[in-house]
Amino acid sequence: MNVVERAFGLVKEAGRKAFVPYIMAGDGGLESLTDRLILLEKFGATAIEVGVPFSDPVADGPTIQRAGIRALKGGTTLKGIIAELEKAREAVSVPIILMTYLNPIYAYGIKSFVKDIQRAGVGGCIIPDLPLEEESIIAPKLEEAEVELIRLVTPTTPIERIEQIASKGSGFLYAVTVKGITGARNGFDEELFSFLQKTKEVSSIPVLAGFGISSPEQISHLTQYCDGVVVGSKIIELFNNNDLKEMKELMSALNHSSKMA
Amino acid sequence: MNTYTLPDQTGHFGIFGGRFVPETLMKAVTQLEQAYLEAKNDPVFQSKFKRLLEEYVGRATPLYYAENLTKYAGGAQIYLKREDLNHTGAHKINNAIGQALLATKMGKRKIVAETGAGQHGVATATVCALLNLECIVFMGEEDIKRQALNVFRMELLGAKVVSVTSGSATLKDAVNEALRYWVANVDDTHYLLGSVMGPHPFPMMVRDFQSVIGSETKQQFLARNGRLPEAVVACIGGGSNAMGMFYPFIEDNEVKLFGVEAAGQGVETAFHAASLTKGSPGVLHGSLMYLLQNEDGQIQEAHSISAGLDYPGVGPEHSYLKESGRAAYRSVTDEDALEAFQLLSKVEGIIPALESAHAIAFALKLAAEMGPDKNIVVCLSGRGDKDVDAVKARLEGGNR
Ligand SMILES: Cc1ncc(COP(=O)(O)O)c(C=O)c1O
Repeated sequence: MNVVERAFGLVKEAGRKAFVPYIMAGDGGLESLTDRLILLEKFGATAIEVGVPFSDPVADGPTIQRAGIRALKGGTTLKGIIAELEKAREAVSVPIILMTYLNPIYAYGIKSFVKDIQRAGVGGCIIPDLPLEEESIIAPKLEEAEVELIRLVTPTTPIERIEQIASKGSGFLYAVTVKGITGARNGFDEELFSFLQKTKEVSSIPVLAGFGISSPEQISHLTQYCDGVVVGSKIIELFNNNDLKEMKELMSALNHSSKMA
Repeated sequence: MNTYTLPDQTGHFGIFGGRFVPETLMKAVTQLEQAYLEAKNDPVFQSKFKRLLEEYVGRATPLYYAENLTKYAGGAQIYLKREDLNHTGAHKINNAIGQALLATKMGKRKIVAETGAGQHGVATATVCALLNLECIVFMGEEDIKRQALNVFRMELLGAKVVSVTSGSATLKDAVNEALRYWVANVDDTHYLLGSVMGPHPFPMMVRDFQSVIGSETKQQFLARNGRLPEAVVACIGGGSNAMGMFYPFIEDNEVKLFGVEAAGQGVETAFHAASLTKGSPGVLHGSLMYLLQNEDGQIQEAHSISAGLDYPGVGPEHSYLKESGRAAYRSVTDEDALEAFQLLSKVEGIIPALESAHAIAFALKLAAEMGPDKNIVVCLSGRGDKDVDAVKARLEGGNR
């Protein structure tokens, strides 16, 4: 069983909800990556999404864009990130999920990328500009390497397509909460809850809500309809302000025990 | 060559093209593809399109025999396809009309667009005024400075121009912002992309709307000379005027197809926009295509004196035609383009767009290598009024 699948299995068994924080690799210096991963694990992360900075992140809002620019200015590369993750393997036991646009992978070479992240112990990959129609470019290789391709569904995805995507998926299904890009938001519309419910109904794997989630209240509300949340922009902001207290509170919103089984 | 049928059903030209977009946009691009395929075979849609091109844009544009330029070059006969004479002053309007008609057919009353030189923005704002559509144009801060007059034009036409400050603050970043806007407003908004790039069906659809350039050229040249030209030449930003010119000739192997990229300060420097000449395949803005990128797959800034060529990628079909060898791609420096800009103004009384001046500069060299019994058609994609200020500043700045 893949590490991502196992981690979500454990959360479910314990009757809990998953919390997956997103951080931008290289924001705050690549050397701080391992420390941040350790901290997030301590705060109860089910898995951690590690973002790869890209010059043209079309699915991202200002917070993640700026974090990416900071990381790139610091000289962060995909190669460097993978090397750092390989080193972090000993110290971090929650699964690492790499979130990257396709072009850095394409430039790296798809074959070498899959081989290298497998060696680094990466459990999954999210590629926001790779829809079902194009995934054959990398999906078979990831599957062979037992690295989960985490697929996305959105409020614009028709139900038959949600079903189709869910049936391919392993690990978890990433339900984008908004018609829009990443970034903290104040509220969600009613449509969202019915979208999450519909998605839950057709998905045999866990459904996590992500994009725009920033408060404990939102988290408690949303997790009534799904199996957990991904929080990105808010975590990045908190790291940037070095506000670890609020981060801990946010991540405790789901009443996790502080250490995963 | 066999019959040319690309793109395939999934929007690929060989390995190039495709639909590398966030899932949020998949519904919209699928809908758009269906709507376009219907419109393509819909006589009502086609006759509306044709009527607007004739009565509103002023088509057909002339194919002009440039006798003075031919004499100057001292070789092959040079003809100019006068896209500069279109309403709004460039070829961009052909595509803008096609897509805006399609948007209304799909029931979308809001249009978002990106623009570099401002020509596509002006064309889009114009059509939106005509069809009473809401219009938002994203434009890089750098380009807003370089093309201030076009910004005012768009505003006169009722469009909202939004300044983009992220990244290099040029066309690539304007596309990013337009895509982000589309992702957030996809229900009621059509993204009116300005070139043969982006996710399928854009490269195919924009090519088809622009093909009127090549079809007219072919007819006009045949009618005049009873045969086809030996070569056609067009400048390449995203590649739409070139694709529109090339496509009707694509199965006529005796006609050589030349695309001209911007070499900026020289392709051996870091300051150019020659994606096909110096780039490598990668994925940006929804499509696999040639890109200017570093070894980590980060997109590099493009540089050209001409805002409309200042883009670090090139449409997937050109990427394919380069690899198949059917078309050849060359590049022209800022300096040579400036010279051609002045030359065409002086000898023919036609002030070309700086973009088009790149095509002229290359055609001069090409003509000189060919005999007087040979013929070249250059796509004069736009007029140069928009560039007069920038050229003046540059010439007075003592850069030459
Ligand atoms: C006059 C003119 N020619 C050419 C271009 C380049 O675009 P494309 O390569 O899509 O024809 C532009 C773009 O703004 C333009 O304004």
